[in-house]
Amino acid sequence: MNSKEKELLRLLEKDGRISVEKLSKMLDVSTEEVVGMIHKLEKAKVILGYSAIIDWNKVNETETVTAMIDVKVTPKRGVGFNEVAERIYRFKEVKALYLMSGTYDLSVVIEGKTMSEIARFVSEKLSTLDSVLSTTTHFQLKKYKHDGVVFEDRDEDHRIVVSP
Amino acid sequence: MTSFHKNKIAIGKLSNAVQRIKPSGIRRFFDLASTMDDVISLGVGEPDFTTPWNVREASIASLERGFTSYTANAGILELRIAVANYLKKFKTDYNPENEVVITVGASEGIDLALRAIINPGDEVLIVEPCFVSYAPLVSLVGGVPISVPTSIDYEFKVSAASVEDKITPKTKAILISFPNNPTGAVMGKDELEAVAQVVKKHDLLVISDEIYAELSYDNKHVSFPAIESMWERTILISGFSKAFAMTGWRLGYVAAPEPYAKAMLKIHQYAMMCASTMAQYAALEAIINGQEEMEEMVVSYRQRRNFFVKSLREIGLDCHLPGGAFYAFPSIVSTGLSSEEFAEQLLMEEKVAVVPGSVFGSGGEGHIRCSYATSMEQLEEAITRMNKFIQKHASK
Repeated sequence: MNSKEKELLRLLEKDGRISVEKLSKMLDVSTEEVVGMIHKLEKAKVILGYSAIIDWNKVNETETVTAMIDVKVTPKRGVGFNEVAERIYRFKEVKALYLMSGTYDLSVVIEGKTMSEIARFVSEKLSTLDSVLSTTTHFQLKKYKHDGVVFEDRDEDHRIVVSP
Repeated sequence: MTSFHKNKIAIGKLSNAVQRIKPSGIRRFFDLASTMDDVISLGVGEPDFTTPWNVREASIASLERGFTSYTANAGILELRIAVANYLKKFKTDYNPENEVVITVGASEGIDLALRAIINPGDEVLIVEPCFVSYAPLVSLVGGVPISVPTSIDYEFKVSAASVEDKITPKTKAILISFPNNPTGAVMGKDELEAVAQVVKKHDLLVISDEIYAELSYDNKHVSFPAIESMWERTILISGFSKAFAMTGWRLGYVAAPEPYAKAMLKIHQYAMMCASTMAQYAALEAIINGQEEMEEMVVSYRQRRNFFVKSLREIGLDCHLPGGAFYAFPSIVSTGLSSEEFAEQLLMEEKVAVVPGSVFGSGGEGHIRCSYATSMEQLEEAITRMNKFIQKHASK
């Protein structure tokens, strides 16, 4: 798979309704080529549907490992679990984060390139947070369903209107 | 005493140097645009991304650990080592111990470089159009800024002949910046080598502001000190603002042969002491772990550049394809308006803020600077409004 096709996928993943004309301009290829690329990707079942959910496992060199981590934490007075939760979900490796009932508090879904990358995240970033008491990491062996894509609201533009 | 009289006394005491400097032409557009609602701004000279979270978090962690004191004057050694390692990707080699100084933005770096090498009366060649601070900073140190204009005919690159044209016995240095703000121009190895020949022949120094190095879209950036026999003649200026979306942190660096680095450090230690400690820890995270996110930002700029430049051409504005930075610099000559008239009328009539090319020095007239570091929705709306504006003025 070439890099133009990968770039196209990333754009569609963000906006499944983006027009062919716009894609053609952004990618610097003709509209015919955009249509051809989309058609080819559809046929290869890389694009599975038009909510633009993409199976990255069908794209070379982009395999990922997913882990779900049970985390026990100490809540803080006044902010409860929210503060530590925010601290964790802001890491871009974290795909989903839930506050759970039961034997642990937070369920963290992590995606990485390799198992060791995830292990490093758990040992260096997650376990070292002050509020974290313990972690239990479960690696996913096979992905059946995936809806963990979080689209954060675009940050407000704080920039001054004209600057050098 | 009235404030008029108080101010009159104060104005009489100002230095000649500061009185000679003209206020930036950008200021007027800022004042105009900031009073209006619903303005689409293509006038912003900074990324539209927020600093990546891992970088912000590293700074928070440094505060939590109590790293709130001064650092070494040249900056924390870990960061200088990281900068030196990073610069190797541009085929330049600096010793982090004595050839790298962490500064308060690339802006301080430019000031340090000029203060370290310019004697009163020395001429400094400035390749224009360019960032608005170069000529004033040269004047402030008593130097004489000499403009070397570039033009659309050579895609706003600087030719060896145009440099040689301006050289006098008083010429001390040349200040260049590619990828360029405001033109987006980039220069390849051969083109830089031609300039290097002139630099060598006339025994000049080079201040190379490469703050936009990472934002090169079609070819890999060529760093000036990597050109043969230019390392020893170059003061390299760069920073974290553009590549890592860290403008507000004010963190940059200079890299140069030891005598220059030492001289700049001397000034920096008296004038600034050291760059902000928490910003340095943020920058350390950015330079070590921020590569991937930076590359994603570069892809996004490239897509928007492609979209915006093609759209400008469609609405009838000539525009060269800018190879770097995040500015398009279309010609507005076809409208019969000056760049200032165009920018002012566009703002008033269609509420789109752009910056007239004339504020960036000679060669800029006839063009406007449009920053495409804004959302696709805003870019599309800007194009719609600009099209309306051009249609209206064409039919007059």
